Amino acid sequence: MSKKILSKANLCWMALSVAVYILLSVLINFRIISSYYTITIYNILINIILAVSLNLIIGICGQFSLGHAGFMCIGAYSAGVITKMMPNLGGLFLGVLVGMVISTVAALIVSVPTLRLRGDYLAIATLGFAEIIRIIVMNMKITNGAAGLSGIPKLTTFTLLFICMVISIIIVCNFTRSAPGRACISIREDEIASEAMGINTTKYKVSAFIIGALLASLAGALFACNFYVIKPTQFNFNRSIDILVMVVFGGMGSMTSSVIAAIVIGFLNMILQNFSNLRMIIYGVALVSIMIFKPTGLLGTRELSFEKLLKRKERKS
Amino acid sequence: MSKKFLKVLLSSAMTVSMLAACGSGGGAGGSGSELAEGDTVKIGGNFELSGDVASYGTAESNAVELAIKMYNESEDAKYKLEYVSVDNKGDAAESTTAATKLIEEDQVAFIVGPATSGASIATYQVASDSSVPVISPSATQINATMNGDEVYPSAFRICFEDSYQGAAMAQYAAKDMGKKKAAVLAETSDYGQGLANQFIETFEANGGEVINSLKDGSYNAGDTDFNAILTKLSEKDFDVLYVAGYYGEAGLIIKQAREMGIDATIVGADGFDSTVLAQLAGKENLNDVFFTTAIASGAPTEAQEEFKKAYIEEYGEDALNMFSYLAYDSVMLGIQALEEAGATGPALQEALEKAEFDGLTGSFTFDETHTPVKSVLVIDAATNGAETNAEVTVK
Repeated sequence: MSKKILSKANLCWMALSVAVYILLSVLINFRIISSYYTITIYNILINIILAVSLNLIIGICGQFSLGHAGFMCIGAYSAGVITKMMPNLGGLFLGVLVGMVISTVAALIVSVPTLRLRGDYLAIATLGFAEIIRIIVMNMKITNGAAGLSGIPKLTTFTLLFICMVISIIIVCNFTRSAPGRACISIREDEIASEAMGINTTKYKVSAFIIGALLASLAGALFACNFYVIKPTQFNFNRSIDILVMVVFGGMGSMTSSVIAAIVIGFLNMILQNFSNLRMIIYGVALVSIMIFKPTGLLGTRELSFEKLLKRKERKS
Repeated sequence: MSKKFLKVLLSSAMTVSMLAACGSGGGAGGSGSELAEGDTVKIGGNFELSGDVASYGTAESNAVELAIKMYNESEDAKYKLEYVSVDNKGDAAESTTAATKLIEEDQVAFIVGPATSGASIATYQVASDSSVPVISPSATQINATMNGDEVYPSAFRICFEDSYQGAAMAQYAAKDMGKKKAAVLAETSDYGQGLANQFIETFEANGGEVINSLKDGSYNAGDTDFNAILTKLSEKDFDVLYVAGYYGEAGLIIKQAREMGIDATIVGADGFDSTVLAQLAGKENLNDVFFTTAIASGAPTEAQEEFKKAYIEEYGEDALNMFSYLAYDSVMLGIQALEEAGATGPALQEALEKAEFDGLTGSFTFDETHTPVKSVLVIDAATNGAETNAEVTVK
């Protein structure tokens, strides 16, 4: 058992994440990069969690969801409300938990009836769900309505964020390789065929949907505790589209590509911030050209796999 | 471990460190520095140049640019000012990032903007951490500058709070107009609800009666048919209708109310202040319609006229609105404080707190929440703002 976990490939992954972590934290803590770039890195890490979790729903399970901002909103507001009462890490932890519980319930309520729908219909249903969440938040007293919550303590640290990101990626990747994950892939490829093979499609679709929702709510909580202020308008349709763009830009079904797309789009946004008039155009052109020249996204369904790299090396030698 | 892996690791390390090199510069703020005459001082503009509220952000950013240009061209300019502008897309998180960039990378003396409350609040903590004042021209949300019970030390705004206008109109309606029974219609936004709640409170405190609850009187931004809500109201007896919302919906409400035979006085806040209101409501329906605002656009003072001319020359007529005046005042206030303090950082902040400012949108000082104390103008909508009815200061 321990041998399996400590395989060469896993060790490589561990080394890579530790190396990236050390590198980035040195850059941030010694102020080699200004806090402007630090915020960009924070943003990218949050976006990675969101993109990877949406990729699980869209890329692996083949269910087109436009409601990701809704789950993010639930997580953000749960953490925001609770950390305002308990401004410490315990509060954030509790906020994340509460957000996850609410998200799970909401995801169950939404997914059980809507996952019977297919394609466009599902997209519209989930879009409606996200809007409902936003309107509810806008009309509640505890969330301070349309004015949004302000004065949320900044509890998200780089270490916390990085650990959450790594855990999210591990959860999604391991789910993909497990039996339920394989079942999800078969649903993506052909729902009727997989049903004929005895797969309980609704069950697997719902479980993938809920895992995605949980991670999105985690990202929302970290988002709220990083930016001091949250408003309902931040979790509108555009936010869902932003996340969707990352998934499509990278390539549906590949986690590596979601990570890379989140990084690329994060930096693209930062660089283009100074060209306000041109930004939307360049952004659009970049997306259109990706869609024309590489419709499957940057990487398609390919993954960066140390296992394969190591095997290839063994074969060579 | 594989050589290839090492290569990948090394090259990624290189890339990241190269990026880091681009980003170095900034550093710890907080202390501020002394300024000598003739120094170049950077002023940051953090505005909504794209996104939903780009029209406000652009109007303000233009005004800031113009104000700085006019200052640099004036003969008694003490410093040479440079304008650095960043787009925050009207998003709170982007706004934090933009403010951080201005503070850390460009090392600005103070920041003007953003135009909206949410985006403004998102910058106050960052600004306060490094003692770089943020002057928001139009963050009207209630308690926007407050962090719980304490004020953000670096947050200032030069507009009055949403509630203040509501209170002023309620006082004017009850005392000066002698109205007894009011009905209230409010948009379900923080702007509409804030105004309406305060109107109800002050109107009742002044001996009036509000005949409907806010729950029955709410509408959404973008609504076009108000017949249902107005029919319900028309069955009741009232002599003044307060519409807390923007001109788009308010214009239609006025038109539909008049067509239905509601002849009560209709009053509102600065959301009415647009020429579109008359187009939507119809000129003949604007009798007995009043609203509160910071400046009377129909009857400009000499200074306003001068600014208006310069602005139109530079950017055209379309971009000019009330927000331009507020943004112009924000910069001029910042410059005045900068000249008084002769330094940036905490000294500048202190000068702002004590500032006595006389600008295009009136003269004022700051109260303990860094909100200006100034009077509200009540304007007759039929004259398109050419006539000021009264100046109201809420007691």
